[in-house]
Amino acid sequence: MNALDKYEPVIGLEVHVQLATRSKIFSDSSAAFGAEPNSATDPVCLGLPGTLPVLNRAAVESAIRFGLAVGANIRRRSRYARKHYFYPDLPKGFQISQYDEPLCEGGAISFRIKDQPRQVRLTRIHMEEDAGKNLHAAAGASFVDYNRAGVPLCEVVSEPDVRSAEEASEYMRAVRTLVRFLGISDGNMEEGSLRCDANVSLRLRGETKFGTKAELKNINSFKNVRDAIEHEIGRQAALLDRGARVVQESRLWDAARGVSVAMRSKEQAHDYRYFPEPDLPPLAVDEAWLARARASLPELPEERFKRYTTESGLTPQDAGVLVSERDIADYFDAVVAASKTAGAATAGVPVAKKVANWVLNEVLARIDDARKLGSPDLPVSPSALAELVDLVEDGTLSGKLGKDVFARMWQDGRRAAEIVKTESVSQVSDAGVIEAACQKVIAANPDEVARYKAGKVQVIGFLVGAVMKETGGKANPKTVNEILKRLL
Amino acid sequence: MSGPDVRGASIAALAEGVRSRRWKSRDLVEAYLDRIARLDKAVGSYLLVDAPGARGHADKVDAAVAAGQDVGPLGGVPIALKDIFVTRGIETTCGSKILRGFIPPYEGTPSGRLAAAGAVNLGKLNMDEFAMGSSNENSSRGPVRNPWALDRVPGGSSGGSAAAVAASLCAGSLGTDTGGSIRQPAALCGVAGMKPTYGRVSRYGVIAFASSLDHPGPFGRTVEDVAALMEVIAGHDPLDSTSIPAPVGRYREAVGAGIAGLRVGVPDEYFQAGMDPEIEASVRQALEVLAKAGAQISRVSLPHTQYAVATYYLVCTAEAASNLARYDGVRFGHRTPQAASLDELYSRTRGEGFGSEPKRRIILGTFVLRAGYYDAYYGKALLVRRKIADDFSAAFSACDVLVTPTSPVPAFRLGERMADPLQMYLADIYTVAPALAGVPAMSQCCGFTKAGLPIGLQIIGPPLGEEAVFRAAGAYQNATDWHTRLPDDLPMTAPR
Repeated sequence: MNALDKYEPVIGLEVHVQLATRSKIFSDSSAAFGAEPNSATDPVCLGLPGTLPVLNRAAVESAIRFGLAVGANIRRRSRYARKHYFYPDLPKGFQISQYDEPLCEGGAISFRIKDQPRQVRLTRIHMEEDAGKNLHAAAGASFVDYNRAGVPLCEVVSEPDVRSAEEASEYMRAVRTLVRFLGISDGNMEEGSLRCDANVSLRLRGETKFGTKAELKNINSFKNVRDAIEHEIGRQAALLDRGARVVQESRLWDAARGVSVAMRSKEQAHDYRYFPEPDLPPLAVDEAWLARARASLPELPEERFKRYTTESGLTPQDAGVLVSERDIADYFDAVVAASKTAGAATAGVPVAKKVANWVLNEVLARIDDARKLGSPDLPVSPSALAELVDLVEDGTLSGKLGKDVFARMWQDGRRAAEIVKTESVSQVSDAGVIEAACQKVIAANPDEVARYKAGKVQVIGFLVGAVMKETGGKANPKTVNEILKRLL
Repeated sequence: MSGPDVRGASIAALAEGVRSRRWKSRDLVEAYLDRIARLDKAVGSYLLVDAPGARGHADKVDAAVAAGQDVGPLGGVPIALKDIFVTRGIETTCGSKILRGFIPPYEGTPSGRLAAAGAVNLGKLNMDEFAMGSSNENSSRGPVRNPWALDRVPGGSSGGSAAAVAASLCAGSLGTDTGGSIRQPAALCGVAGMKPTYGRVSRYGVIAFASSLDHPGPFGRTVEDVAALMEVIAGHDPLDSTSIPAPVGRYREAVGAGIAGLRVGVPDEYFQAGMDPEIEASVRQALEVLAKAGAQISRVSLPHTQYAVATYYLVCTAEAASNLARYDGVRFGHRTPQAASLDELYSRTRGEGFGSEPKRRIILGTFVLRAGYYDAYYGKALLVRRKIADDFSAAFSACDVLVTPTSPVPAFRLGERMADPLQMYLADIYTVAPALAGVPAMSQCCGFTKAGLPIGLQIIGPPLGEEAVFRAAGAYQNATDWHTRLPDDLPMTAPR
């Protein structure tokens, strides 16, 4: 029997989001990723004796915007607390975090799985500083890079609402999409901007009490989220099946070997000795600040999804892809806004839907990272694509010609109108020209004409193809069809 | 060596002499360096004398004077810093072996402000390790001796700062006060010292012992000198989030402003059993002096005083255990030469680097904060701390300042209290409550015991009430001459 038939997984996620502020959360060195080891440091983030933290308000603002976007309650007064443990990458021997008075409480992350809406409730969102990074050299020596020490983090703690590895992975994607929509983080899991710990437990289906959980740490890609949780579900199911107990412990996911290893048990768990950070006064968030933050929120992914599926007439699948990344959605919206025909519909199909097809099938197929859509170096800007769409919609270009023109636009960055003009690629709708071509084709293919007249009407497709060939692909296929039928 | 006689000289006089070219700052530096060389072997107040740095800075001040430039209110005056103040490029150890060799890459705010005001730093002063102690016997580099009696302690933890001023080994100094560490040594050494309002002087670049209690502040021979230093080091600092953004008072003016009608409260709880009778007598006399100068004296009550020492040791040990976690041998200071594992690196480095008092407080503080006990200890202490602060608020609704003894006893003998930490902790009995409340308080000399040991008078003000404190202290000093007495230079050879 499949473990999932017998057991229901109960999963809560703790996601760390690195906030893309210019400087660190409590000091002024750069928070950017990828500098020379220990070059982006300062006395404060190194924890030098005598230094004191000064809160970066931009980091707080990012966290507030995130909280507002997920419908959390933003506390008007929150506090920072010290969380103590010893590790070389932790300069002060404690991490400044938040404990009993976090910045945000409640809220939910909304997303869709197989087009079904799903909501995972949040317990809290709190702010804290990141630690440095230990680097282990081959010779047994270890080094520490403190560039990351003090980079602002938001820890997003979910309720145990997640029920499968797939859901966990989709939840993570939703968090990434959201932080990118908000522009508060680059959301790169590979660079550690988004990291996840998962609390996983199993219970018999129908049981309402929670089982004993294990915490999986160090899950640093979408694939790992899925793999680690699936593996953990299997591990716990096997334990329960043979009557053994799940031990409450932290386990480290080893992606290379595809297994998790026990780190420390509940008894060995750190006593973090939290207490209010005496070097920082309580953080007050007033109504004016909240209002400013609220006003700065963009249209969020789920709001856009609703707009695309209702007003724009897109399928949930297409809308889902468009809102998966802010740059795609923004690009799409910009094309629609620039197009003269996008408000209309041809043959009952809304042009917005056709724009979506252009974006999804032509544009996205040509880039490896959707975020490049936001780049000014993109060979086909939204307005350029809108121009092309309009040329197709007004019949100047056939769909096929449009795609050819798009390919050329992508290649050399020229506008569609220019390509049409200089290379005379526009569609031929002149009935006289087309009729001449049709007569030529009818004369050259007596057998096919005979079969058509005998009732094999599908032969018309062959004849249309021949006319298209004759006209160098420029004839309007609809006109060709009509004229052929009349002549035959 | 000839040159100006700096023994007993005031900051105001020295600065005026530099400005008016009566002498050069360099001459003052040489005079102090000469005294340090001759006398400090016996006192032990300096951990580091930065002769080249002081000479270089003095020469710059002299050049600026010669060029007719403004050299600042403390232009050319030699001062010294408790070794808890972070100084760029100058070893800063906090009196601990664990920071031996630590050369900070940045300058702290208080010392930076002194330098910007023209003061010349002679060096770093001895202290109890990490400011933990009341006798300066907890220094990893040996004790400081009281210039009035070399077999006695100078008080602590800013023992070096008080003794150096008392022995005229610098014109003024900075110390820190967490539970009494400025006021108690000032009392025991017969000098003036102020613990300002919490947040009045920046803690940026002041090595933390107990963050919510650490108060940097000045020592001077006179109340005016303390006021002059306060005017320079006080003020908002964006690098310290607990720093108060309020304008700095006119402290020197307050010293001479008189106290006609000033309401002086005398807390009953500060005149109880255990006080040395000679001290009580001196403080009572001081109250008469204040009354004669125009103050209205009345009794007040600070009912939670009896809980102050216990509260203090819960708060300060918890914060100390946290603040001292960063000394792990990874980035700076002492690192054990023999460690086979990470755990061993930590335990050996910290075992070797910390003295017994920091170890005791780390263990106490770790206990106080452990899971499940927060409410019983640290949380409770914060509640009582609020009550103690409320006591002061209530008292200041009826008074402008409070007057008490600074220390229940005069300077005790070296070694006398080392065996009994609890007895040592009680040396702070009159100073911890104002520290917990964060209110400004000052100690100045108000007499001597028959054995010739200084007695300290504590004047406490409301939050940001430094000017009231300076008014009262100034009026008392103007009516007495205790501050003009100096310890003898002659017997200052090391005993034994």
